[in-house]
Amino acid sequence: MNNNVAIQVVNLTKYYGELLAVDHVSFTVRRGELFGFLGPNGAGKTTTVRMLTGVITADEGSASILEYKVGSLRAKQVTGVVPEMANAYGDLSGWHNLMLMAELYGMPASLAQERGTGLMQETGLYPRKDSLVRTYSKGMKQRLILCLALLSDPEVLFLDEPTSGLDVQSARLIKDMLQSLNARGKTIFLTTHDMEEANQLCNRVAIINEGKLVAIDAPEKLRMAVSGMYSVEVSFDNVVNPEVLASISGVNTIKKLGDKWRLYTTNPGELVVSLINYSSSNGLKIVSLNTLAPSLEDAFVALTEQEKDNA
Amino acid sequence: MPDMPTVLQQARRSLAIARKDVRIYYAKGPVIIFGVLFPVFLFLSFTIGRHLSVQFMIPGLLGMILFFTATSVSPIVIPWEAQARTLERLMSCPVKIETIIIGDILASFVFGLGISLVPILIGLFLGITVLSPFVFALAVILAALCFASLGTVFSIPPTNMPSTVNMIAAVVKFPVVFISGIFVPLDELPAWGQAVAYISPLTYFTDIARYSIQGRGHLPVAVDLLALLAFTALFLVVAMKLHRRTMPRRI
Repeated sequence: MNNNVAIQVVNLTKYYGELLAVDHVSFTVRRGELFGFLGPNGAGKTTTVRMLTGVITADEGSASILEYKVGSLRAKQVTGVVPEMANAYGDLSGWHNLMLMAELYGMPASLAQERGTGLMQETGLYPRKDSLVRTYSKGMKQRLILCLALLSDPEVLFLDEPTSGLDVQSARLIKDMLQSLNARGKTIFLTTHDMEEANQLCNRVAIINEGKLVAIDAPEKLRMAVSGMYSVEVSFDNVVNPEVLASISGVNTIKKLGDKWRLYTTNPGELVVSLINYSSSNGLKIVSLNTLAPSLEDAFVALTEQEKDNA
Repeated sequence: MPDMPTVLQQARRSLAIARKDVRIYYAKGPVIIFGVLFPVFLFLSFTIGRHLSVQFMIPGLLGMILFFTATSVSPIVIPWEAQARTLERLMSCPVKIETIIIGDILASFVFGLGISLVPILIGLFLGITVLSPFVFALAVILAALCFASLGTVFSIPPTNMPSTVNMIAAVVKFPVVFISGIFVPLDELPAWGQAVAYISPLTYFTDIARYSIQGRGHLPVAVDLLALLAFTALFLVVAMKLHRRTMPRRI
């Protein structure tokens, strides 16, 4: 066994009745990695996280956390979890929620109080620590749930859509905390459908669609792997005929975006020259011109749609 | 088999879960209504105007209150937590499903024991005497544990509606009260009635209470205690085996 491995997943499979929710998924997350798990709604992200955190059991395959079998007490002991749509106990104060978590992880009381105080200060919850959680705002609740997951100082952290639906400040605070945790060597498994978030935070991302893993690589490499997705964004000082624009050599498809046109191509350099020729021969002035590499979102759409075409 | 340190560690975590239940669920409406108000009014409606002696009434009242209170907390905790979306957190913590269930049983056990002190104190104030207080205390404790365990059996179906669980519980609890020698002592029941009574764990507790307070039991005390012990073991095994299967389906 390689002790560089934080999460090892082999052929993990889950059925819900007839539905194959997660289909023989295999991957490895290295220690200290910030790993993104992307996919459209219903792709099997949450089901995978629930199997890895021992909340539900897999029908086939196996997985381990730091070499402990998932679902075992030892695996759970080294793991912190922010489940999707989970709540802290609304009838307890934020502080009592933290101390309950400390007892469930078997932490000594003095250590729990020290870490609890630190985490609540870091997340700005300390002044409200004795208020019942049901009086907290959504952003405060989510910050508390992150505190609950971090209290035991886990080596491996699972977060299922931790910033979805949050205000900008709370989302940014959570992202900053994840980056600094990762810098301290913690392994983080993050599911999200926010491409920008994944692009900013993750060392590697896996894309899951309809229960199957369709790609796994660094965000930059995934972007580059999608050929034909380069584009040139151009705007003119006058109205142009889209059909003429589409007929310029090297243009694959065109899309109107507000007052701009986005032209997809395999060769952006040549296209820029063609556009300048087109504008001068038609008496048009170019107001703005940008060349764009494919975004992670483009890669995501291409990869998940490719799957659909194959099916 | 789990080793000793693991057992002790999980036992401590059960206590933490029980304390959480005490803080959150003792004051919940269904617990107060089904656990405290219901048995009191049911008992009053059957005894008022019947000129019964204190020695006859107190064992019945105690049996009924202990039965209702000890089964009022344990059934609602798991469905309540599934509905409030706190269960997934709890299940991802390093605790076994058994640890969660034992914590819930403990909270229900303490609730039953605490509230049952009221009829006992009322009885003592009205002048009852308790034959062999040690056996009586043992019976109260054992019965509270037995009924609290029965409570977790009610919550096995993976519904996330506490009211559905309370309905299932009521369907079992009301008939049990009528066949357990609360209103009519065992030896006054016809043979078929006695046969039915023996399938209710409450029968054995009421029998010990009548022995201790009225001085006349139907069965030997040792048989009553063993029956309570056997029912407790049965409920614990069933609850743990089946919750292990249904708990993941609540998520």
